[in-house]
Amino acid sequence: MYFNRRNFIRAGILAASAVATGVVYRKLNPVGTETKKTIETAKIENVVKPTVIATNDTSGFRVDEKQTPFDDITHYNNFYEFSTDKEAVAEKAANFKTDGWTVSVEGLCNKPKIFALDDILKIAPPEERVYRMRCVEGWSLVVPWIGFSLSKLLNAIEPLSSAKYVAFETLLDATRMPGQNTDVLNWPYVEGLRMDEAMHPLTLLTSGLYGRALPPQDGAPIRLIIPWKYGFKGIKSIVKIKLVEQQPRTTWSDYAPNEYGFYANVNPHVDHPRWSQATEQRIGEGRRPTLMFNGYEEQVGHLYAGMDLRKNF
Amino acid sequence: MKEGDIKFAKLLVLVNGLVPLALLVWDQSHNRLGANPQNFLILTTGMMALIFLILTLAVTPLRKIFGLNWLIQLRRMLGLYAFFYACLHFLCFYSLDRAFNFSSTIQEIIARKYIWFGMTALLVMVPLAVTSTNGMIKRLGGKRWRALHRLAYVAAICGVIHYYMQVKADVRLPLVFAAVLAILLGYRILEYLRSRKPKAAAVPAK
Repeated sequence: MYFNRRNFIRAGILAASAVATGVVYRKLNPVGTETKKTIETAKIENVVKPTVIATNDTSGFRVDEKQTPFDDITHYNNFYEFSTDKEAVAEKAANFKTDGWTVSVEGLCNKPKIFALDDILKIAPPEERVYRMRCVEGWSLVVPWIGFSLSKLLNAIEPLSSAKYVAFETLLDATRMPGQNTDVLNWPYVEGLRMDEAMHPLTLLTSGLYGRALPPQDGAPIRLIIPWKYGFKGIKSIVKIKLVEQQPRTTWSDYAPNEYGFYANVNPHVDHPRWSQATEQRIGEGRRPTLMFNGYEEQVGHLYAGMDLRKNF
Repeated sequence: MKEGDIKFAKLLVLVNGLVPLALLVWDQSHNRLGANPQNFLILTTGMMALIFLILTLAVTPLRKIFGLNWLIQLRRMLGLYAFFYACLHFLCFYSLDRAFNFSSTIQEIIARKYIWFGMTALLVMVPLAVTSTNGMIKRLGGKRWRALHRLAYVAAICGVIHYYMQVKADVRLPLVFAAVLAILLGYRILEYLRSRKPKAAAVPAK
């Protein structure tokens, strides 16, 4: 009798401890259990969508590879303004409001202007662009973005010939972007492009993906996508675009100048000091070789002719 | 503690050590390891190895501070779990990151400093696992066995450095591991210094 009761208690302790360990494990790794909630953002109407890809199309606007599922694109985000955990950004950013958003487009130009978001979006019709996206960490996506070439906005403000670079800035507001309460990075996030890079038709001022407005975790309401560069160049939630004469400072390059350069062109031959860039994990698929300029060499290779890409990484 | 209680405590460690693996396998088979399951498996197995290393090194301080001598009986299993998860961690790297390509694995190990530390941690755990049996303790003799098993400190230090070095920017979690490890090793240094003191006191003071 006593023996049985003791065994019974022990079985209970064993089961309870295993459950407790499981709960702790789940707390530390919420990935497996959370149901993915995606806020339905507004549909974008009248998107210009090439239905047939011409065989001789060399624009690079539409890569013919399997598109990454919407759930993955919206639940695997590097957006340190909300969390350094890629799987946690979606939830932390869920309540981010973009009402009354403005973008100041200024600097060396004839017509600087503070645009309301709607006014920017009216500059050109929205186009769908299916781009590869390669993160500097070694993973990649294929995303059907919506937007238009940044050059259309820049032309609208009439750049001066003295403008050699474009500097970008993300919103600085720790009450809305709680990650800015930490000092992991130097806030606000800033990025930059050379003028010819900014004017390249592939450089996309992006306001949506998969037919809808950008969800907060992907950089709402407006962000940059430069498909031949590592993902961190694609600055999110932009509030300022400034034409300047000198190469602007950029956040990751400030953080670790030997690891992240100003150019950050995707290049399988130049490794990150700590890891290889020769291959990439395509989300939802296997590993694959990384392509020079992320597969956009034909479109952008000439921008870097004669440059030492090991030095200018 | 009675013999039966020790056995039960060992069973508790055995079962609980398998819980993370069981959940990993379960989640993997239900496609619930997130958007990048390959990366998740590599990261989580490595994390488990570190946690078990820390638990192994926590046994002696806890035992001495709280007089829980029976804890020592659980240490072998904790250490073997650390080695087990470290092996899984390497297997995940070899299969998922290097696609079973032997030469590219070797190249990558040579090229990456953070992997040097990880490999060192894994390799020093091999002789520890091999000599973990009662028979081996007898054959080596307690003194030599204890000296050899101080390599566990090397494994833990290298493991934490390995983790710290491959984090992109947010080093808060690796620093937590480093702090806990520093406490556990710091305790041993203090104990060592204390054990030397009586000799110093024996010198006549004038």
